[in-house]
Amino acid sequence: MSTMTTPITQTPPAWSLPYRGTVGMACLIIAESSIFTIFVVAYLFYVGKSLAGPTPREVLETPIFYTICLLSSSLTVHFATRFLERGKRGGFLGLWVLTIVLGGLFLFGTGQEWHRLIYEHGLTISTNLFGTTYYSLVGLHGFHVSAGLILLTTVLLLGLAGRIRPEHSRRVGVLSLYWHFVDAVWVVVFTVVTTIITTTTIIIIVFFFFCC
Amino acid sequence: MSSDAMAIRTAEAAGRPWVEVLHEWVTTVDHKRLGIFYIVYALVFLVIGGIEAVIIRIQLMRPLNDFVTPQVFNRMFTMHGTTMIFFVAMPVLFGFANYLVPLMIGARDMAFPRLNAFSFWLMALGGFLLYFSFVGGSGLYGAGNAPDVGWWAYAPLTSRAFSPGHSTDYWTIALLVSGFGSIGTAINLIATILCMRCPGMTLGRMPLLAWLNLVMSGMVLITITPLSAAQIMLMVDRYLGGHFFDTQAGGSAALWMHFFWIFGHPEVYILILPCFAFMSEIIPVFSRKPIFGYPVMVGASVAIGFVSMSVWAHHMFSIGMSSYANAFFTITTLSVGVPTGIKIFNWLGTMWGGKIQFKTPMLFSIAFLFQFLIAGLTGIMLGSAAFNWQLTGSYFVVAHFHYVIVGGILFALFGAFYYWYPKITGKMLSETLGKLHFWLFFIGFHMTFDLMHIPGLLGMPRRIYTYEPGRGWDTWNLLVTIGAFVQSIATLVFVANLIISYFKGRDAGNDPWDAWTLEWSVSSPPPEYNFATIPTVASRRPLWDIKHPEDPDSRYE
Repeated sequence: MSTMTTPITQTPPAWSLPYRGTVGMACLIIAESSIFTIFVVAYLFYVGKSLAGPTPREVLETPIFYTICLLSSSLTVHFATRFLERGKRGGFLGLWVLTIVLGGLFLFGTGQEWHRLIYEHGLTISTNLFGTTYYSLVGLHGFHVSAGLILLTTVLLLGLAGRIRPEHSRRVGVLSLYWHFVDAVWVVVFTVVTTIITTTTIIIIVFFFFCC
Repeated sequence: MSSDAMAIRTAEAAGRPWVEVLHEWVTTVDHKRLGIFYIVYALVFLVIGGIEAVIIRIQLMRPLNDFVTPQVFNRMFTMHGTTMIFFVAMPVLFGFANYLVPLMIGARDMAFPRLNAFSFWLMALGGFLLYFSFVGGSGLYGAGNAPDVGWWAYAPLTSRAFSPGHSTDYWTIALLVSGFGSIGTAINLIATILCMRCPGMTLGRMPLLAWLNLVMSGMVLITITPLSAAQIMLMVDRYLGGHFFDTQAGGSAALWMHFFWIFGHPEVYILILPCFAFMSEIIPVFSRKPIFGYPVMVGASVAIGFVSMSVWAHHMFSIGMSSYANAFFTITTLSVGVPTGIKIFNWLGTMWGGKIQFKTPMLFSIAFLFQFLIAGLTGIMLGSAAFNWQLTGSYFVVAHFHYVIVGGILFALFGAFYYWYPKITGKMLSETLGKLHFWLFFIGFHMTFDLMHIPGLLGMPRRIYTYEPGRGWDTWNLLVTIGAFVQSIATLVFVANLIISYFKGRDAGNDPWDAWTLEWSVSSPPPEYNFATIPTVASRRPLWDIKHPEDPDSRYE
């Protein structure tokens, strides 16, 4: 058996392959994008086709503050990973907590918005097509934010216990990749859902892109 | 670990209680054991799905038959389709991929062994949930068991009004759960192929089996997920009172069709690409020639992956799309034939001038080539919108896709079983039983599915539970049913061969076929760690290089 597997070339060439964690997460992101695409298509397909009110134009508001929270959490998680790479534990933990707080704020904002829609406008998932598609799309994203927060909190607890060291920065980087994806999806969901209300939101988004 | 240590462990294993051995198997994260799990699991469901097919065929054997009621007939074709696609074809192909990919690229395991085990158990749970519907489907409503909405589950049928009880929910959850398992396996395969190759195994030297599984996994990521999304929407409709597919509230039944077929058609290519992979490994070995046109084969595989994602609406020509949509989907559908034709040409090119050995794996491969070609030709007929309008919803369509799935996928799979069984078990399958299996199955297949085209052309619709005499369909249906029985007998011969050879087969040795890829360099069955030392390769046929040091491939590539 071992005679068959002896190396053939005497001088093995330099051999490096991509990190499996990053590749795996990239694949998951591709798969998730595909799920979100279907929900976005359903939302756009049914815009204006509800047989009864309320319509998006009547009830939706643009959640600018909470969007800023979520998008800036991408920056904090990025720099937290950088701090970890350089072995600065305090900076890492501080920015990591900030990321969780910003993500939590965003979820709180979504909850507040849903509370307003349900109790002030009587819009639920079964009211009309708009309700069904809106809550499904935003809810799917909220679910991903929640999953991300659970993962971020796990890392935080491990970090507080001193179990996250600079050599783990590549693995932590995989999680931050997921968090970037959750934020990027919100840009799409936000655009799709809110540009239906006002054209000024388009200007705000373009402004955002130039700022970033 | 040295081989002595291994021998000690095996000796220990022989004396251990069976509970411990079982525990070791159930908690395993080894890619080879999980691969065997997948394959055995699929074989069990193959028998179940086969019994359902035979029930369908007995009911249609003669006009005005009352072997089963119409309700049972609907359940049978729903369960047959769902089982065969999701719980036979997918797991068996994933099983082979799991088993072979790490061995062929010189890795010790998959990239994420625990994710691998998790994916398998998810898929196992999915199959369990689907069949639990026979017990739990009626729920509190007493409204019949097992889903009866067809494997495509078109929209109004799945609404609460037409599907009371829980049978449709079991179907939905089973597909959702097994879909997540598939995505996990696909992620794992891609990460393994991209990140775990042994030194020297560049993408250009990778066995075609690995390449085709890479393309297949990429397609799983993009096309299984729309099905998952659609199933989530269906659950929102059924449990939360949503209106995605509720036409009473402005929803669209056509949207479900689009979402389902965005998954459904690429799914066929997800199943056929691993079979192309088997062909690309088996045909060269039994023709004693390297594969003809390796780079073109890779290019054609990737091209099939891309083009096949834009053909789905050819399942929907009859729902009244615009003429532009019809033209677009006709053109894309016909253009898939080009890369597929290139592949068939290259396999023939591999055989051309080779010293062909007609062993059982090769017999199945040659039958595959001809049958897949014919299946492709009826596919081109149905892919043209004008022709499709005449025959959609008829038995011609049923004959066409069974020609692909049985004549293509199943024949390739049987070939793969005969080719890799010696590696997996260490025993050769019996050639005599193998040839008997091949000829019986070949005759039964052609009797069933060649003849099934004709009642379709004569206007026999799909999904009918019975028909009146004197329409010219009677004799054809009888012959089709007899063919189904011949296939069942052949399958029993195959199962008998698997079992008998496991105990009485002759020892295979490391390399019974004088093959060229890395899995044949290790013992049969391979040790837990696959490779004692990770190999280094310098060409596409590393074992050829070892066997012929005076004239290695690496000199020419």
